Amino acid sequence: MPNRPQPRFPEPNTEPYWEGVKQRELRYQSCNLCDAVVFTPRLHCTECGTDDMEWRTSTGEGTVYTYSVVRQNRNPRFADLGAYAVAYVDLDEGFRVFTNIVGVDDPTQDIECGMRVRVAFEEQDEGEYPIPVFEPA
Amino acid sequence: MATQERLAAIAGIHEYPLRVAPGVSAMQIKVESIRAALEDAGLAWSDVDGLYDCDEGEGGGGLGMAAYLGINPTVTDTTQVGGSAFEFQTAHALRDIAAGACNVAVLSYGSTSHSDRRAIGTGGMTGQGPANWQGNMEDPYGLTLISGYAMVKMRHMHDYGTPEEAFAELSVVTRAHAMRNPEAVKAMVDLEFGAVHPVSEITIDDVLDSRVIADPLHLLECCMVSDGGGALVIVSPEVAQDIAKPPVWIIGTGEATKYRENGGDITTTAGAQSAPIAFGQAGITAEEIDIAMIYDSFSITTATCIEDLGFCGKGEIGDFVQGGRLRFDNPLKPTLNTDGGGLSSNHPGMRGLFLLLESVRQLRGESTSQVDGASLAVAHGNGGTLGGSHSGGTVILARD
Repeated sequence: MPNRPQPRFPEPNTEPYWEGVKQRELRYQSCNLCDAVVFTPRLHCTECGTDDMEWRTSTGEGTVYTYSVVRQNRNPRFADLGAYAVAYVDLDEGFRVFTNIVGVDDPTQDIECGMRVRVAFEEQDEGEYPIPVFEPA
Repeated sequence: MATQERLAAIAGIHEYPLRVAPGVSAMQIKVESIRAALEDAGLAWSDVDGLYDCDEGEGGGGLGMAAYLGINPTVTDTTQVGGSAFEFQTAHALRDIAAGACNVAVLSYGSTSHSDRRAIGTGGMTGQGPANWQGNMEDPYGLTLISGYAMVKMRHMHDYGTPEEAFAELSVVTRAHAMRNPEAVKAMVDLEFGAVHPVSEITIDDVLDSRVIADPLHLLECCMVSDGGGALVIVSPEVAQDIAKPPVWIIGTGEATKYRENGGDITTTAGAQSAPIAFGQAGITAEEIDIAMIYDSFSITTATCIEDLGFCGKGEIGDFVQGGRLRFDNPLKPTLNTDGGGLSSNHPGMRGLFLLLESVRQLRGESTSQVDGASLAVAHGNGGTLGGSHSGGTVILARD
């Protein structure tokens, strides 16, 4: 199993998001005053500034906005992954996540912008948090 | 041009000549460069009353730098927004001088990134420092600096059908200019570029045949990791009357930041905000610019910034670079990165200072790839990570 870096706490902005991940939910925030979708997590609405926000759960389905295949990473935590794809994925609810695309034979050939993907929660060797990644839908 | 306000001028410059400088500290590079830039201007150590520092390493920012230099400036500015910090600081120095807060401003840079063996591009920015809101969302995924930029190139190719050859051409032009600059040639030799490809001019095929570091960026689209540094002296019009070299006037500046946004266009940089401010202040358009010194951490940085500065439309870089138009010996404007750029001359991590230095050399007639009659230059820095949080700083310069 992979052994990726885990999120670290205390970190009050992202803690509710990662509590969701533990329950295999992909959570995002919505503003109760102006309906803006806010991501990455924080305590205020980036459109109107209020702290009147609520957490929602995404269906986990979206589209690859862009990606790159990392051929070389000197960080030992990623050395065993081989070539791996980093990506921005636009979720159908209107927020963009930074993530990895997994579940393809050859990331240099099998991924493209606009591809439909779905969240998967990747179990880790160590640490209590699985890591949300995306695979072809 | 006659209507432009001339409130501050670049009076002195120095680029530290070495890119491999073992046994020298970043602070020593800064001080040697400041001393040489003051000499270039015909000014004295004791004339300095404005200190601008980007706290890039061991410096401790404006406070630490004042202590190390042993001076007591009336303006201290520690603006750190990545590689474009020097364009931001130039904007601030212009304002501070115009407001009468100082008369002789010094910006400096020093870095020993190469000798320290910093894996800037491929080290992975993961799990360092205290827990924070961005790190917790990125650390698990192995983002490297290069892949952050590569994602922008990928989307640019997707949105506009931009051919790989367009990006490669930027590397080709920059290398051609580098081969005319003895310091750049020495840099490439000292950094052992020859182990991968001869230190010579390169072709589009050379670029596209070089190995992929992070799809779709090839090795020859990536900047070097060097040691180095330099300094810049900015003065008031009164001081400029008695300096050793012709003053180079700062006629427009713009600053902007940009970051990942839901639904945002990753191919548009902060330059799209900073450049119109700078050009508006200068009262000129991109078409009038002779010299375009555009940050080239990677080919995609330069490509997107050329578009955002208004030299061509968004997505039009492929047509724009045709026919070698960016070369110093091509009559069409502008000419790009005549010192050899970060790709082939100097990139210790924050290249923004060198953009200003080469602009000044061109407007003085001192470049190794001199463009005859160059009278207007733009230095545009891009700091941070292009595909994520980044800064754009635009400075427009005019000769006397």
